[in-house]
Amino acid sequence: MLVEQYGPLHGNMFQIMDENGIILRPDLVPELSDQEWLELYKVMVKTRCADDNALKLQRQGRMLTYAPNTGQEAAQVGSAAAMAEKDWLVPAFRELGAWLLRGVDLEKVYLYWYGNEFGSQFPEHVRVLPIAVPIASQLQHAVGIAMASNIKGEKDVTVAYVGDGGTSTGDFNEALNFAGVFNAPVVFIIQNNQYAISVARQKQTRAETLVQKAVAAGIPGILADGNDLMAMYAATKEAVERARSGGGPTLIEAYTYRLGAHTTSDDPTKYRQDEEVEQWQVKDPIRRMKAYLTKRGVWSEGDDLSLIEQYSQEALEVFRKVEASGETRLEDIFHYHFQETPAHLTEQYEEYVQYLKEVE
Amino acid sequence: MAVMNLISAVNHTLDLELGRDESVVVFGEDVGLEGGVFRATVGLQQKYGEKRVFDTPLAESAIIGTAVGMAINGLRPVAEIQFSGFIYPAYNQIISHVARMRNRTRGRLSLPMVIRMPHGGGIKALEHHSESLDTLLGHIPGLKVVTPSTPYDAKGLLLSAIRDEDPVIFLEPSKIYRAFRQEVPEEDYTIPIGKAKVLREGTDVTVVSWGAYVHEVLKAAELLAEEGISAEVIDLRTISPIDRDAILESVKKTGRFVAVHEAAKSFGPGAELIALVNEGAFLYLEAPPARIAGFDVTIPIPRGEHHYFLDAQRMAYGIRKVANY
Repeated sequence: MLVEQYGPLHGNMFQIMDENGIILRPDLVPELSDQEWLELYKVMVKTRCADDNALKLQRQGRMLTYAPNTGQEAAQVGSAAAMAEKDWLVPAFRELGAWLLRGVDLEKVYLYWYGNEFGSQFPEHVRVLPIAVPIASQLQHAVGIAMASNIKGEKDVTVAYVGDGGTSTGDFNEALNFAGVFNAPVVFIIQNNQYAISVARQKQTRAETLVQKAVAAGIPGILADGNDLMAMYAATKEAVERARSGGGPTLIEAYTYRLGAHTTSDDPTKYRQDEEVEQWQVKDPIRRMKAYLTKRGVWSEGDDLSLIEQYSQEALEVFRKVEASGETRLEDIFHYHFQETPAHLTEQYEEYVQYLKEVE
Repeated sequence: MAVMNLISAVNHTLDLELGRDESVVVFGEDVGLEGGVFRATVGLQQKYGEKRVFDTPLAESAIIGTAVGMAINGLRPVAEIQFSGFIYPAYNQIISHVARMRNRTRGRLSLPMVIRMPHGGGIKALEHHSESLDTLLGHIPGLKVVTPSTPYDAKGLLLSAIRDEDPVIFLEPSKIYRAFRQEVPEEDYTIPIGKAKVLREGTDVTVVSWGAYVHEVLKAAELLAEEGISAEVIDLRTISPIDRDAILESVKKTGRFVAVHEAAKSFGPGAELIALVNEGAFLYLEAPPARIAGFDVTIPIPRGEHHYFLDAQRMAYGIRKVANY
């Protein structure tokens, strides 16, 4: 088992592929076909293109605050790819690759960042929770969903995400503890991208690794190279299967790096050195997977360029559609607080409608 | 018909609903084996098993946070917070998620969940065991806040709360958990959330209260009746949303209004009630409306609590002033 070789107290990081796309552990390569790896690679590229497009639009003043994913695509796509169809995904707010893979339309994602709640209204069959802005609070929802699966005797697994900063919260520790006590079928993924806005990982905790926090909760954990699609897939797959077969929760620390800003509202050059960023650019998860697939003969530079062009164009078209949706309708801000809207809310709505009529 | 006190009515109701609907689960600190520190859940784990009635680790935020997840995944969680004063660590979950999930997802995810807790003071308890959260919970958009004053109401309101498709906070006045017994039908019945109840009809002044205080207000009304003052007493039963129509109808009749509550006075529910009276019945008023409420102080621990919590005599004193204005 991987958690035995790369457990929290071993201090070594689970890697299958190095930064040049060379397979280091052929014995551990998950049994996916080249075509299946290529499909996951495409989701990573789609994520990057959607990100680039959003950032461009934000600079043009057409998009509001946006949290980019660049550099973390393998941590997101690799983990989400290990889920079964009916499993639940509980995001933090920087999991675009996972959302896209799990059936959330880019249009919904853009609509959310564009500032409309309908961006969090996913279709009935999509078992993905909305973005949770209050850090780590979503992990408890994940544990509750997983506890409910146990109570109902269902075999679904819940995969939940949090950042490195989130591991300092009480909610993180409560969630791991509850998950352990109730043997909840949940997999926690820490996307350790080394920064909580401007605060470096070393300032979050004196613990040598974040995955060590699994030890106190009595649950297995694994430190994985978050920029290695195969390692993330394999680590999550093992954890998901353990959870599904009654083995309870697992904590995975995906060791990665946020190549961009926390959101479009901050300037990372203020809190980190260019040399550090350059070192991590070499470890880019997309770059290494592209090298691997090219070597396997299923992908080429030409294929890549046309795919990027296609996805970029599509992303722009999706955004244009979102942009055309305009402002939130007045009744929508009142209508969804309760199944039946109480009288005082209806009155507040009607008073404002009256005001609008009078000033027209 | 069985005779029950408020706590046994809660226990009976949870039993009834656990038996009727297998999606209902009941949990919290000491809720399972022990049956709750006030015995609200006694016998339920033995009857329904550890899967549906269980103890949790000691972490209020996670009790509420996991309830959110359970509600999303098809259960109807009834979470107990051991005392209302212990709820603060869970406020982030309540405000940021419980109250918002339906709106955040534009109706895709609703949270049919209940958060129950002993509420209010006057029982000579330790610090943090006598809090009144009317304001702190009633102010949050997206929440319903309910509080019964009798065993009969406890059952009808709790059944409504558990069956509601939206989250309901259920505040149980611990002072009257065992104060008196009442006939409670064994069969199923509900009391609508958002509806107040006139407990005593009167013509001179409208007095609105809820929870344990209702009984002191009724005593105060008796005292005033001896002086020839006819007070109409309304039990709000639901703190949010307020049954505005019931209050306005009464004030239009009496022309005078008093709100009586345990929570601290400033920014309290009395302020809201008076505002709605002013908005809806201003021209009917014959006296300035008044609040008889907690001081803006930290609730004193036992040797000082009698200064804070009102008895019928102090209530009558305040109501009399408005009636005689």
